[in-house]
Amino acid sequence: MAVKVFGFVGSNATYRVLASLYEKNVDFELVTVNMAAWEHKRPRFLARNPFGQVPAFEDGDVSLFESRAITKYVAEAYADKGTSLKSKDLKKSAIEGVWAEVEAQKFDPATAKLTWELFFKPLFGMTTDEAVVEEFSKKLEPVLDVYEARLTECKYLGGDSFSLADLHHLPNTQVLMGTKVKSQFDARPHVSAWAADILARPAWVKVTSLLPK
Amino acid sequence: MATSVTVYGPPLSTAVSRVLVCLLEKDVPFQLVPVSMAKMEHKKPDFIKMQPFGQVPAFQDDDITLFESRAICRYIAEKYPTQGTAGLYGTNPLVKASIDQWLEAESQSFNPPSSVLTFQLVFAPRMKLKQDEALIKLNEGKLVKVLDVYENRLGSSRYLAGDEFSLADLSHLPNTQFLVDKTDRAELFTSRKNVSRWWSEISTRPAWKKVVEMQNA
Repeated sequence: MAVKVFGFVGSNATYRVLASLYEKNVDFELVTVNMAAWEHKRPRFLARNPFGQVPAFEDGDVSLFESRAITKYVAEAYADKGTSLKSKDLKKSAIEGVWAEVEAQKFDPATAKLTWELFFKPLFGMTTDEAVVEEFSKKLEPVLDVYEARLTECKYLGGDSFSLADLHHLPNTQVLMGTKVKSQFDARPHVSAWAADILARPAWVKVTSLLPK
Repeated sequence: MATSVTVYGPPLSTAVSRVLVCLLEKDVPFQLVPVSMAKMEHKKPDFIKMQPFGQVPAFQDDDITLFESRAICRYIAEKYPTQGTAGLYGTNPLVKASIDQWLEAESQSFNPPSSVLTFQLVFAPRMKLKQDEALIKLNEGKLVKVLDVYENRLGSSRYLAGDEFSLADLSHLPNTQFLVDKTDRAELFTSRKNVSRWWSEISTRPAWKKVVEMQNA
């Protein structure tokens, strides 16, 4: 198969890439990287991602790492397939790009910490640090306030259409909806409606069906 | 000269300088509107309308308003692909993907520790704030790991994304300039042969030298 994703069921960043491939109806093979055996820090994987992180990606001769660069590549290489993930209009695409950066610079740093403390640590038999949870829940509040205001202006973060700006939020949002952080989303009607909308997308539902039950 | 591009923010801000160097590399005329952080101008309603997080820079071109320096840089490079430095965002999709990859690496791996170090070592003393030694040590450790990856990469590639200077290299200019020029941690960069060679090349580009002049004015 031409498209391969080297990742791990349980990696938020891997899901980001899978979501983009399902949205685009692009067939792919998911090659599991055995993180428990430190496969991601071994030379063979480091040749794919020198930072030793999942996911890595291959499409024929193209090799990439960094989930948000991979999704952009998928959005552009398969522009005419499946869902449009990036507007062809320069100005609209620029605005989508702004909110994709907001996800990378503001939403992810706060929420990745929360998913680690509230979901992954218990899964690995580790103890949640409530002080960290409180600190990062507080950091998330002003971000969600900005989102609430933005989503009163348009249906999706990047504009009137679903785009990578929204898609990049899916993995962390999915996890947090199963934790007490859900209340921070529920407290904001537009954020809550947007989250429900994007999490219900058929392509995303396909990603979540890969999760162990 | 009538110009459609306006950048709001002080040139000393790393994010503002990232946008300025991109505009200069692309020969795009612009006007720079100062924003006094000391007077909290970036938190006032007129500014918040442009940048809802109350941070610099904000950017306007014709009828659109943008924020987030890396998004602004991508827009400039896409709007003016053949003007100024042509290869800034690649001249074909495969190179563009490589540039996006290393720009994300800068954003996700290089920026966090180098920003903390820049703040702790350069700005905290200026603002008479106490430095956090534990935080400095932690982030130096993180930055070293990233620079080791760069050292390896730049041994087989002239620039991060390939043979030509691109947005991926450009994005590193602001934080690195501070760390090399205004702290005693320059050797993090200069002691690594390939990183040092790369830094020397990218930091002496005329566009970046002009931005540094603006910062020191």
